[in-house]
Amino acid sequence: MTELMLAIAIGVLYASGLYLMMRRSIARFIIGLALLSHGANLLIFTAGGLSGGRAPIIPEGSDAPAGLIADPLPQALILTAIVISFALLAFALVLLLRTHQETETDDMEKLRSTDA
Amino acid sequence: MTSLILRTAARYLFPLILLFSIYVLFRGHNDPGGGFVGGLAAASAYVLYALAFDVKAARGLLRVDSARLTAWGLLLALLSGLAGLAAGRPFLTARWGKWTITETWIVKAGTPLLFDVGVYLVVLGVTVTILFALAEGEDEAS
Amino acid sequence: MNALPALPILLPLLTGIVCILMRGNLPAQRMASIAGCLLQLVVAVVLMVRVGGGTLIVAQMGDWAAPYGITLVVDVLSAIMLVMSGLLGLLSAVYGLVTMDERRERHYYHAFFQILLMGVNGSFLTGDLFNLYVWFEVMLMASFVLLALGGERPQLEGAIKYVALNFLASALFLAAVGILYGLTGTLNMADLALVLRGSEDPGLITTVSMLFLVAFGIKAAIFPLFFWLPASYHTPPAPVSAIFAGLLTKVGVYALLRMFTLVFTPDTFTLQLILMLAAFTMVTGVLGAAAQMNFRRLLAFHIISQIGYMIMGLGLFTQTAIAAAIFYMVHNIIAKTNLFLIAGIVSHKTGIHDLKQMGGLFKAQPLFSVGFLIAAMALAGLPPLSGFFGKWSLAQSGFAVERYAVTAIALGVGLLTLFSMTKIWNEAFWKPRPADSPLPATPWTWTTRERIALMGPVALLAACSVALGLGAGWALDLCGTAATQLLNPAAYLEAVLPGGARP
Repeated sequence: MTELMLAIAIGVLYASGLYLMMRRSIARFIIGLALLSHGANLLIFTAGGLSGGRAPIIPEGSDAPAGLIADPLPQALILTAIVISFALLAFALVLLLRTHQETETDDMEKLRSTDA
Repeated sequence: MTSLILRTAARYLFPLILLFSIYVLFRGHNDPGGGFVGGLAAASAYVLYALAFDVKAARGLLRVDSARLTAWGLLLALLSGLAGLAAGRPFLTARWGKWTITETWIVKAGTPLLFDVGVYLVVLGVTVTILFALAEGEDEAS
Repeated sequence: MNALPALPILLPLLTGIVCILMRGNLPAQRMASIAGCLLQLVVAVVLMVRVGGGTLIVAQMGDWAAPYGITLVVDVLSAIMLVMSGLLGLLSAVYGLVTMDERRERHYYHAFFQILLMGVNGSFLTGDLFNLYVWFEVMLMASFVLLALGGERPQLEGAIKYVALNFLASALFLAAVGILYGLTGTLNMADLALVLRGSEDPGLITTVSMLFLVAFGIKAAIFPLFFWLPASYHTPPAPVSAIFAGLLTKVGVYALLRMFTLVFTPDTFTLQLILMLAAFTMVTGVLGAAAQMNFRRLLAFHIISQIGYMIMGLGLFTQTAIAAAIFYMVHNIIAKTNLFLIAGIVSHKTGIHDLKQMGGLFKAQPLFSVGFLIAAMALAGLPPLSGFFGKWSLAQSGFAVERYAVTAIALGVGLLTLFSMTKIWNEAFWKPRPADSPLPATPWTWTTRERIALMGPVALLAACSVALGLGAGWALDLCGTAATQLLNPAAYLEAVLPGGARP
């Protein structure tokens, strides 16, 4: 059940992310990218397997974690990916701000001087 | 933005958040927490201060240049990795030491802690740099 | 256990840190940057010598054995690429001594340059798929900043497109990594290879491999995913665009080579698809270039066309074809970087990029023009320069597996490349100076500093092109060893996972 919900959430995130990326506005494009990377993170989380276990921390005085534990690797991957997409997004926003100041437009179609 | 409530609160909250961030940093050794979360918490303290007063005041509070802070953090993390190499093991191999100061006060510390402190500084430095740059860009634009 | 495999990552990191800490002292930063690159080159050459015979060097970071830890693996392909990145880093740093402006340098140009090299070297070294993603991002972050640094309008416009499409590629890469982890439960490349070879669901694996093809295809700028490249690569300062042109897309090609030999075993469908993409990439790149009159933009389109040749080598999927692709990659890195450096010198000296306004350069600068001629003819594939042997061995292996169509296209594109290079030669060097040209009529004056920092790298790269042509037999043998290692990963698997299967 959880997996189904997550699968739907991933689909919605991807769909809305891609929809926003089709727009001409750069600000929407960047929001779309953010949604897309959230979708990817959720995808890793779901694909890594949902065991419903506890945090994989070994209690003091024993050698192995007790009971069912969650796979820590997808969480580590997602944390890394979140950090990276945070940095990329921050950079993209600063870039958007600078471009807007320089060109006074938010329209991808009008930024064609390097294409001609 | 001038809000008396925010200013007064920020003045008291600032040291508390910093203290909490260091607690989170050390707690990360055996429990959830660590350098990354700690660094973010510390950055949030400076950002709160910048919101309540202004970016200049927050920069002054940081005392060192945020890029320099990042560099020192990277250097610390790098050094913690080199400790493994120095012992003839691969890069980043953890090394541990145990010091008995009194009967009940035993300090166990190792290079992962150094690495975590490095991460803390890098995250603080980078986050503060980005957010201050954005906030200043906003001031210029308006 | 030794430190050697980690050094190509640690040296640029340390140099970058030093450059940040010496913010106010630009001469010291420049020297640190050059010294750091020189050390990287030395380390890379030492690694090359050690692995040249066919042995692999493996280091398990943090002493966590594969597949749990991150593994660094140096095989012949990695070593070749490391040498190239060390060489290019050094030459670009030297070249930047004269052409880089102080405003950019003060905004941490040198630090980001080193971080870029760290990301590139890390991508070549790592034996872990997620770690590869991280190195790609390190490289991308640094390249974003280098591209936008300075904040001129064309730069910002180019950077927006570059950032947008590369961000999308990263998201796809990440999703592919996630799905692959869900399928196999591991991300160590050697371990993945073992698990996937024993898999019973080839259809699903082919699907995932397509995601990787798209993600790396965007980074490598293959058809139809290349539009960001000609929109952005000609906008930053010359040393930056030289290193972008020389190295960054090749990291994508490297990743494709690694993934589709070690991790995935491509089926006929995949190979057919790769060959078709290669053909389209070659043709669209060279046709796009034919329409250009801006020096650097024309060269940017040629990057795309040349990527096609390397992908073609992968698509043919024989030992000789992959060896030819690796040889081609090395040749292309050298020749293409040189062309970008030369275009940079012209614009540094005169401030113009438009070929129509140029002219008479050969008469004014004969020696400099010879440098261009060597690089251009090497790119076009004239014997006895390096490009000829690359194309020749690619064509030979194309005929050997009876892929006549794609081979014919490759040869035809070679002719069109020659046409493009001749166009530059005619416009900029051979035709008389247009009367209304902003070019100075007198020969350029060179200071000693300029002579060393600008002409030195150009001369050295031209010499490399010639040497690679004359020593093609030896170089092809080395690339052959690399290709053999790629196609028979048994030694790689044994080196990373001694004893084979996971406990």
